[in-house]
Amino acid sequence: MRVVVAEDLALLRDGLIRIFQAYGFEVVEAVDNGPSLVRALDRHRPDVSVIDVRLPPTFTDEGLHAAIDARARIPGLPVLILSQYVEQLYARELMSDRAGAVGYLLKDRVSDVGQFIDTVRRVAAGATIMDPDVVASLLARHQDDEPLQALTQREREVLSLMAEGRSNAAIAARMFVTQKAVSKYSNNVFAKLGLQQAKEDNRRVLAVLAYLQA
Amino acid sequence: MLRVELLGWSLVLLLASAVAFALLTLWSTAAGLVLMGVGLPVTLLATVLVRWFADRHREWAGQWMGEPVARPYLPIPAGNWLTRLRAVLRDPATWRDWAWLVVDSVAGWFTAGGSFLIFAAGVFYLLYPLVFALTPAQVFRTPFGPHLHLQTVTESFVMVPLGLILLVLWYVSAVPLARLNALVIRSLLAPTEQARLRARVAQLAVSRAETVDTQASELRRIERDLHDGAQARLASLGMSLGLAEQMLAEDPQAVAGLLAEARESTSTALVELRDLVRGIHPPVLADRGLDGAVQALALSNPVPTAVSIRIPGRLPAAVESAAYFAVAEALANAIKHANAQRISIRLEYTDDGGGLLSMVVSDDGRGGASFEGGAGLRGIERRLSAFDGTVSIDSPVGGPTDVRMSVPCVLS
Repeated sequence: MRVVVAEDLALLRDGLIRIFQAYGFEVVEAVDNGPSLVRALDRHRPDVSVIDVRLPPTFTDEGLHAAIDARARIPGLPVLILSQYVEQLYARELMSDRAGAVGYLLKDRVSDVGQFIDTVRRVAAGATIMDPDVVASLLARHQDDEPLQALTQREREVLSLMAEGRSNAAIAARMFVTQKAVSKYSNNVFAKLGLQQAKEDNRRVLAVLAYLQA
Repeated sequence: MLRVELLGWSLVLLLASAVAFALLTLWSTAAGLVLMGVGLPVTLLATVLVRWFADRHREWAGQWMGEPVARPYLPIPAGNWLTRLRAVLRDPATWRDWAWLVVDSVAGWFTAGGSFLIFAAGVFYLLYPLVFALTPAQVFRTPFGPHLHLQTVTESFVMVPLGLILLVLWYVSAVPLARLNALVIRSLLAPTEQARLRARVAQLAVSRAETVDTQASELRRIERDLHDGAQARLASLGMSLGLAEQMLAEDPQAVAGLLAEARESTSTALVELRDLVRGIHPPVLADRGLDGAVQALALSNPVPTAVSIRIPGRLPAAVESAAYFAVAEALANAIKHANAQRISIRLEYTDDGGGLLSMVVSDDGRGGASFEGGAGLRGIERRLSAFDGTVSIDSPVGGPTDVRMSVPCVLS
């Protein structure tokens, strides 16, 4: 799998490259600033790119803008945004094209290497992945909503794991229940929130996030 | 102001100038009695009365001139009658009040009194035939001495044009006379340039001291947070890794546990650092400026929050930061204490008066917020005072609450 890495701190850039190489990815280009990232994305059209939000020369949200612009030119180009902090605002902007194949994670999550690599692969395959912090704050916003109050503890758990972008199989493993149980919970969630149930994992995630971001 | 209003005011001010004379007498007498040791309370009472009286005139002049006339008085210190009296007598503004009473008790008759008299005379001459007819013979026969002798009501109509002329004169002179009066009030009752500068210096000294204090305590907090947080975690991380290195050969099982622990430790350190950074300068503020940062703030809080921002450009970085934290604090108050269901944030920049950023955070919560209620609003006040900014709260018990903040600044 071909990856573009954009990270301005050499220490972290090398760390990411090392992780990718250890898992058999091909890092086609590693860049340390916004303009080079734009060129790299256009030239390689990588299977997935891992991008730090803050990049030179402006040291603002240059990485995010480069990713959103690239996806405007190349619809559905898979990008995973890493950041030292997560903002609801950025998650919303990133997802606004509804094309999937996006991820938005705290940099800390990279330390769980196995999980991180799984996330990168799933984003490359078209999944939408949100950091648990983003999801927690979305849920907090809706804590007083009636439909959400009607959910049981387990159903809420399934809802937040779905919003993070996990597959049914992953949710089942995480909650120590069967996949069948998970789909029962998720059916309940969709019914109680009045959402159209979707077969495919990614569509389900998008539906849930759209509901929570409304 | 309408001329009818002016007419009413000229009567009020005319009576006031008589009162001014009475106050002048009262005060002078009381101050004279102080020398005999008995007039203290009366002098203070007279001072309070004079200041109240002068304030009403300042208000009037301020409205009339379209710009407020500031109060020039120095603060009265706490203490016994004598200390207070000394402070009052030492305040130059007290003596300017006194001078104004002297001037007003004379000039008032010419400005306010003159205007009213011209009007009254105009009306009188306009109605002269009526007066002529209704009064007994002989009373109004010779309006200008023995040279003009009016015999009949018809003849008395000769006075009517004079009434008209006087009324026109009143109409023309009312505004300049009122303006003259306002000018007299402003020249004596407004602070002198020196007093204004002195007050400004005192205010700047206070706000500078507060700013320095706030910054010093912020730095102390950051130092403590780093020391007890990230630094300690990194130290323990080093220990875990060192231990793991030692044990690698004999007990790989235990090493796996230590490494997991070490990873946990880095995550916690990162969380703590992230919170710390947000408190120093939120990254989103650096990325997106005040506009984006306030939008992000509204999106990430649990209460539905409407945001409207009209700032045509970027504010100076220091103002942006102060404004952001002020809005964040007001928002946190609304969420934490007011139990609000809906919040709205409005930010607007206007050019008038050299540029002003106004911010309003409103909520429909339980109200009753006050500066005394908690550190939050005081903190906002301190933060903004460094930029000559102000905070005011409108929060009746039962709500709704408006926290209004403004900072003078220019767009960069």
